[in-house]
Amino acid sequence: MAAAAPGEPKGLMGSAGSARATAVEVAGVRRDFGSFVALDGVSLSIRPGEFMTLLGPSGCGKTTLLRILAGLDVADAGQVLIDGQDVSEVPAHLRPVNTVFQSYALFPHMTIRENVGFGLRMKKVPAAAIAARVDRMLDLVQIASFAERKPAQLSGGQKQRVALARALINEPKVLLLDEPLGALDSKLRKELQVELLALQRRLGITFVFVTHDQEEALVMSDRIAVMRAGRIEQLGEAEEIYERPRTRFVSQFLGTCNLIEGTATRREGLAVLVETPFGSLRAEGHGAPAPPTPEAPRESLTLAIRPEKVRLSPPGEEGENRVPVTVRELIYIGSETHYLLDAPGGLILTAYAMNARIGSQGFDLGQAATAVLPPAGLLVLDD
Amino acid sequence: MRKPSLPLWLWAGVIFVFLYAPIAVVIVYSFNSARHGGPWQGFTLDWYAKLFDSREKIEAAKNTLVLGLASTGIATVLGTLLGYGLSRYRFPGKKLFSRLMYIPVVIPDIVMAIAMLMFFSLLRDRLGLFELGMTTMILAHVTFQIPFVAIVIRSRMIGIDPAIEEAARDLGASAAQTFRHVTLPMILPAVVAGAMLAFTLSLDDFVVSFFTTGPGAGTLPILIYASVKRGITPDINALSTLIVLVSVIGTLAGLLLERPRRSSGES
Amino acid sequence: MATPGRSKQGVEVRFGERLTPARQIVRSALTSGPGILWVNVFLLVPLLAVIAMSFLTRGSYGQIGLPLTFENYTRLAGFGAFGFDPLYPLVILRSLVLAAGTTLVCLIAGFPLAYFIVQLKPRAKQIALTLVVIPFWTNLLIRTYAWQILLGPESLAARLGTALGLVEAGQPLYPSLGAVYLGMLAAYLPFLVLPLYSSFEKLDWSIAEAAMDLGADAPRVLRHAILPQVLPGMVAGMILVFIPAVGQFVIPDLLGGARTVLLGNAIQQQFGSSRDWPFGAAIAFVGMAVVMIGLWYYARTAGSDSEEALL
Repeated sequence: MAAAAPGEPKGLMGSAGSARATAVEVAGVRRDFGSFVALDGVSLSIRPGEFMTLLGPSGCGKTTLLRILAGLDVADAGQVLIDGQDVSEVPAHLRPVNTVFQSYALFPHMTIRENVGFGLRMKKVPAAAIAARVDRMLDLVQIASFAERKPAQLSGGQKQRVALARALINEPKVLLLDEPLGALDSKLRKELQVELLALQRRLGITFVFVTHDQEEALVMSDRIAVMRAGRIEQLGEAEEIYERPRTRFVSQFLGTCNLIEGTATRREGLAVLVETPFGSLRAEGHGAPAPPTPEAPRESLTLAIRPEKVRLSPPGEEGENRVPVTVRELIYIGSETHYLLDAPGGLILTAYAMNARIGSQGFDLGQAATAVLPPAGLLVLDD
Repeated sequence: MRKPSLPLWLWAGVIFVFLYAPIAVVIVYSFNSARHGGPWQGFTLDWYAKLFDSREKIEAAKNTLVLGLASTGIATVLGTLLGYGLSRYRFPGKKLFSRLMYIPVVIPDIVMAIAMLMFFSLLRDRLGLFELGMTTMILAHVTFQIPFVAIVIRSRMIGIDPAIEEAARDLGASAAQTFRHVTLPMILPAVVAGAMLAFTLSLDDFVVSFFTTGPGAGTLPILIYASVKRGITPDINALSTLIVLVSVIGTLAGLLLERPRRSSGES
Repeated sequence: MATPGRSKQGVEVRFGERLTPARQIVRSALTSGPGILWVNVFLLVPLLAVIAMSFLTRGSYGQIGLPLTFENYTRLAGFGAFGFDPLYPLVILRSLVLAAGTTLVCLIAGFPLAYFIVQLKPRAKQIALTLVVIPFWTNLLIRTYAWQILLGPESLAARLGTALGLVEAGQPLYPSLGAVYLGMLAAYLPFLVLPLYSSFEKLDWSIAEAAMDLGADAPRVLRHAILPQVLPGMVAGMILVFIPAVGQFVIPDLLGGARTVLLGNAIQQQFGSSRDWPFGAAIAFVGMAVVMIGLWYYARTAGSDSEEALL
């Protein structure tokens, strides 16, 4: 997971970011296709040098937003600012951004060298300078030995590197990547994820990355914007999004969550007491949710807790947030065991346990146990 | 998929024989030393040699070539632009005009021929323009060539991954630069294919040429028609064989170029 | 990545290019403009002129001019200056019948052929299709006069005909209606086979197999499972044969002789020997009307890719 805080732009390639606070500013962008709303008034600030991921299922608008940033599509309303300048009316070829396409979109009739140097040629950079920069870039993405080949002769992973080189050589202020690893097999994907991340760190260029793969997002991003139906449902650092999802959708899109319906009874400081089929549970996860007012107390709530936060104890344990369960099914994965537990009220809880102990592990099928739901891991969702 | 049954093979065989019998018989008889197209009397190349003696035929061949090259040149440029424009830009009435483009393709050639004849005669009478002859033939040929070229170019354009042009723009190329460095090289095989098909169309045309021709501008098909009306002579067979050969080679080359190869357009 | 539609202000980005409505019109004018203009000026306007011409009169000295008249059309319908003369109505009828007959013959010949090709392996399919297409691109005139040789006196076919009692010994099998049909079939078969084959390619065989599973015999399978699916391609092919066949003039001219007067020959006469242009224009207009009706029907039922499928 991304650890370094985005902030100061650094870079071998010169000023990838200015002293401005935002590299990209999206304000109230709308895009309709007939009656289909692709983007419903989306706003977003992306910091210089940040690795921002737009994550969501297909149709959520992430690609549409990316294309609007690139200038390959135009918004119906709202503004796009890059480095503080309004580029909403600026055509794609004049914007200081470059795109890496999902289908790579390499020019089939040109060699790799010509492909990579294309942007510089269009800007009428002198040929000697182009040659030098192309060589440097080919080395950077480790594709130098293929310089004279044509795209058709390259593998998917190699084409991806070329697409990357071709975009980066222009030293864009922002690099846009549209599911660039989508067509690759999983081993190659993981390798390239690491390389891509390292490259971004080294160059310090702002990356906007689109994917539907939540693991990819978690591995690479500084911040993630989880999108659904044309809106950003939650924005935050990877850890934040994973540990503290705010909606059902986000909780189920990254990893999975146990969902428990209940009614709020009382507030105690940062916690909320919720009446559920398991009895009264204490939830502290998000800090304070919207407090129930005397006139309109918040009635029904949904609580969420990640399976790995659910602890299993021997049966009969008493105390706060303890639920008597029976093991309905268990799936042994080697380093972990996944439990499906029958709980009161006909509900099923999922718990993941690390097989940390040496010797026999955990509970058997049909065995009774106690599920402990730590208050700090029990979240109140917004919806 | 099961294999075709024997009756089907036979049927297909009969049909192919039927389709190729005319061509075959012309080719075979062009080598027949019998004077008046009777039964086989021996192999000879005399009729081919005789072709080069006939000034009439050489003249007609020259005209046919000039007509073909000139009309193909014009039609390829206009047709390529048209195919490109239709695949890229919208304009009011586009749907209607697209449909109208297909009229030269399906219209009976005689209707097109007399329409042009009338039109050129009218212009000649009123404005003194366009004596019937090479010019009018070229104008007429281009008219039915343009839609064919446009169709070929348009389908090639549609087959190109749009992301490639988007990538060119994204990398800083203007519209003109994109066309010159990216689009044109990619559609070039289709342009050549279109040109070859257009040339073949011109070479094969009889009806339109017949009505729009003038003195001294006779083409080979017109010559053949006049000859056939008088009675088939063996040298006509020789001439026809050569024309058929050129058509077949031109078509095959055009077809080969038109099929998008795996390496181009799709990454 | 779908190419989206216009934004609310009418601005659109297509293939990376930012286009206002005005810009699109300018670009269209520069690219599509010349081609469209050319075809309009040199074909569509003349066609309109033909229609106009058909309402004019031909004077006794051959000059063309006013008054406007329906005479040409009434003559076509048979009501000439000397009472009812069925000559031209018959010409039109004969042409329509010939075109319809050709279409039917092409269908009978071509349907099994299309079925045959679709069952071949991919390589063989390509070869077969190319073989079907090649004659199509050779000169129709040459192919047609070749039939004169094939059907001439002393030819194999003529001798067969004599043996069958169709003609006397030593006589050619042309000029005759049968010869015309042969020529038409040879000319128009590819027009029918190609679209029909397209439909066959897209056929869902599982429906036919299901029908056979359920006990249907071959004719029923054909009628209920296969026919409905290939109908679009079949109809497209039929129209593509019918329309040009109506106005065909070379084939009846060479193989039908003076006996068979069809629309095409009739038009040619008026613009050749008879020099009655208004009347010829009227005949041509009837031909055009058939084209228009056929095209309209075609546009309604078939997709717009069918012409490209032809190529």
